[in-house]
Formats: sequence, C-alpha cells, structure tokens
Amino acid sequence: MDVLLGITGKDFVIVAASKAAMRGPTVLKADDDKTRQLNKSTIMAFTGEAGDTVQFAEYIQANIQLYTMRNDTELGPAAVANFVRGELARSLRSRNPYTVNLLLGGMDPISNKPSLYWVDYLASLAQVPYAAHGYAQYYCLSTLDKHHHPDISLEQGLKILEMCTDELKRRLPIDFKGVLVKVVTKDGVEILDYDNDKIVKSA
Amino acid sequence: MDKLVAQYSRPRHQDEFYSEQEQRDLTESHPSISLKFDLPPLENPSAFLRAMTDDHSNPSCPIKLAHGTTTLAFRFQGGIIVATDSRATAGNWIASQTVKKVIPVSRLSRGEDTQTDAPVPGLLGTMAGGAADCQYWLRYLSQQCTLHEIRHKRRITVAAASKILANLTYAYKNMGLSMGTMLAGMTPQEGPALYYIDSDGTRLPGNLFCVGSGQTFAYGVLDAQYRYDLTEEEALELGRRSILAAMHRDAYSGGFINLYHVKEEGWVHHGFSDMNPIFWKTKLEKGEFSNVTSEL
Repeated sequence: MDVLLGITGKDFVIVAASKAAMRGPTVLKADDDKTRQLNKSTIMAFTGEAGDTVQFAEYIQANIQLYTMRNDTELGPAAVANFVRGELARSLRSRNPYTVNLLLGGMDPISNKPSLYWVDYLASLAQVPYAAHGYAQYYCLSTLDKHHHPDISLEQGLKILEMCTDELKRRLPIDFKGVLVKVVTKDGVEILDYDNDKIVKSA
Repeated sequence: MDKLVAQYSRPRHQDEFYSEQEQRDLTESHPSISLKFDLPPLENPSAFLRAMTDDHSNPSCPIKLAHGTTTLAFRFQGGIIVATDSRATAGNWIASQTVKKVIPVSRLSRGEDTQTDAPVPGLLGTMAGGAADCQYWLRYLSQQCTLHEIRHKRRITVAAASKILANLTYAYKNMGLSMGTMLAGMTPQEGPALYYIDSDGTRLPGNLFCVGSGQTFAYGVLDAQYRYDLTEEEALELGRRSILAAMHRDAYSGGFINLYHVKEEGWVHHGFSDMNPIFWKTKLEKGEFSNVTSEL
C-alpha cells in the first residue's frame, strides 16, 4: 500500500513517497522518508520488502558516492539508473534477491535535462515522463495520462501531483499519511512544503 | 384394432397440463425469488462450480467465464451518464470486441426495435463480471419491471427495481454468481437515480460508480473533474474520456466506447465508437498520453 509517484517537467523532477511505514496492520511511523539522495542531482525513492529497501538504497548510495570520490565526477542520471538496474539484476540471480521497487529522478548535470526512471524488483528499467509504483499505478496513471505534458512548469507539476494524492486519499482504503515531496532541479534536491492535511471528500 | 389403437394413442399435448402448483407459480402476482434451476447432483454445487471455473489456481479449468470490463455511471445536473467499453475476455483470450454492456431494462418495448433518436423511457443496466449472469438476470429484471408496469399502471422506481435485483443476488449469494451492475433511471418520484448492485448482495445508491477491472483508471480521470453541475457536453466528454483512460491502461478493457445519457424523458444513445481514432485524436490534438510515442 506504499505510494511512489514521479513527474518530470520542463526543468524539474518531482518525486513523492508516502510517509507511512507499515508492518501488517500497524503504522510504525507516520513521517518516514522513503528516499535517498544518491548524488548532487539524483534521488531514489523505494518501496518493497521490509529491510531490503533501505539496505539496497544505502548500498547504492554508498557506491555512487564512492565512484564520485574515485573519479572526481558526478554520474549522470542515465548512468546511475543503469548502474542501479545492473545491481538489482545481479542480486536477482542470487540466493536472496532484493525485493525493491524504485523511482529514480535526476537532472543531467551537463544538459540540464530532467529524467525519471522506473525500476521494479525484477530489474526492469524504463525511462518515463511520469511514473507510479504499487496501487498508485492503478489510480494515478490515468490521471497523469490525461493531465501531463512534457514541458510543464513546477507549479503545474505540483498541481497534477495534488490531483493524484487527492484521488489516492479518496479511493485508497488505507491512510498512507500523506506524501513527502522532493524536487530535483539544476540547483540540486529540495524538500517541498506540501499540504497533506487537505481533506478530500468523495463525490 | 381401432379400439386398441385408441386405447394407446391420445392427441399430442393432451396430458401436458400445468399442475395446480405450476399454475399458481405462473399466475401468482409475486413470483418466488428462487427460480427452479437444475443444480449439479453434488454435496456442494458452489464448490464444484468454483473448481470448474477458477482459472487462477487452475489454468486448465474447463469453464472459462467472460470477465474484465470497465463500466461507469454518474449523476449530474442534467441526468445520468452511463458509459462502458465493449471487450469480453475469457482468461487471456479476447472473446469479443463488440459487446453491448449497457442493457435497457423495463418497459414493454425496451427500445431494441426503435431506430429513432428520440429518448426511450425506462431504466439502463450495466454489465460487469460474468456476461451470461448479467444478461440473464437483467432480462429477468426487465420482465419483473414490465409486470410491475402492467399491474400498477406506472413505471417502477429505480429504488424498487434495484431492490428486486439485490434481493435476487443475495438469495444466490455464495453460489457462484458473478455480476457488478449499475442501474440508472429517472422517475418522477426519484429524479435521477443511480444504484450499484453486485453478486455479494451489495446495493448502494450513489452519485458516481465505476465497476470492473478498469475501474481504478476510470475513477482516476472521473474523480479529478467530476462536479454535480457539469453541463451535458462536459459530462458526456468526461464519461467518454474516463472510459478511454481505462481502455488504454487495462488489458481487459477495450474495443468501442458505448455512451448513454439518461434524461427525464428517457435514455438517449450517444454512439458506439471505436476507441482507436478517439485515442489518437486525444493524443495528437490535445497532447495527452505523452508516454506513448507517435514516431515509428
């Protein structure tokens, strides 16, 4: 029931992840951060098997940072995405694979082009203009199909994100405690002030 | 000899009278809910049916039911919009792309023989779940509604019609029925009325419902822009676009968009249109569906 959403626009990528950390019938934490910053201009959001998620994310984070230190260059989002996919594919062929679903959002440090990658636990990688994981796919992709355009501004992007979270609040039977919204621009990664207290009524 | 022949031969049908009980069944003003069906001669017929039809645990099951749909209906200021796709699937197989999932219910003439654009009085039912169950029981409901009309000299309310169906599905609960249907109609007593009825026995009045495997995708588009004070044009377009969204994303929905508008005078059909040109028009002219490439 975790929610992961990603939207690209003209000069940004929004990544939103639900704040509830759930185990069975219990909400363990209501302000969980399901994202990790990999380098200056790339973040990764993750859901999946408890334990695997953070382990995998921090393993990736550490290796990206190691690469940056060794080579004194930042990896671009495409390189990061393919590295992550490779690691996940390698793990998939092991005795105990990581069961994690990911969204990677980043700005290319050279071309300043935003990009978003959708990765699932079977190590499928796809570059997409907007993405969702879990039940959010069923509710939000149709909304995004209709309202997303490639060259939208950040304000428009946030408006579409709000349509998505409104729909999830309306129709998902379990409270996901709102979303943590991070945005990647040419200036780096930033946490946005997002109104999660809005009450949405069903028709 | 003639005597012998006469003894052993009778005019045909001579003895085929209805029994006292059968006559009562036929003429009684309220027929019993439980119709007399032959059941498999087993301890537990519903478990047998499940074993024969469950293709999740048993892909080679002998009976594959037609499933998978997107249907929607919503109330607005100008009446009710009813829209469906037209695909019928049995497992992974597309059994048909031209199914009529909106079924006129009630009225002596259900409008099947009329060719005019004039509104046809009566209710509309939608079809999701088992195609046979929906068709059969909506036709049965139609029969009951017509009888109501003859007996009481007025059209049945949507509330009453939906209750007949809900009581029926509840009587057959856990016996393998599969249907999720919406009943829409406008009567002088109720105004625009919309009910959701399913094979669990649920019956809910409401403003907006989407039913079927593509329901979430339709809700995604519909919820975002639904208002009660939509104009007729806006409402028809929103219904059409919501079904399109579901047909695009749900593998078990597709084919043609079937659109209806229920008004005070009756329902009006707004086309049975191929989704393909509508999809490409939406993409190329409005710039939606930006994840689909139009280049070769």
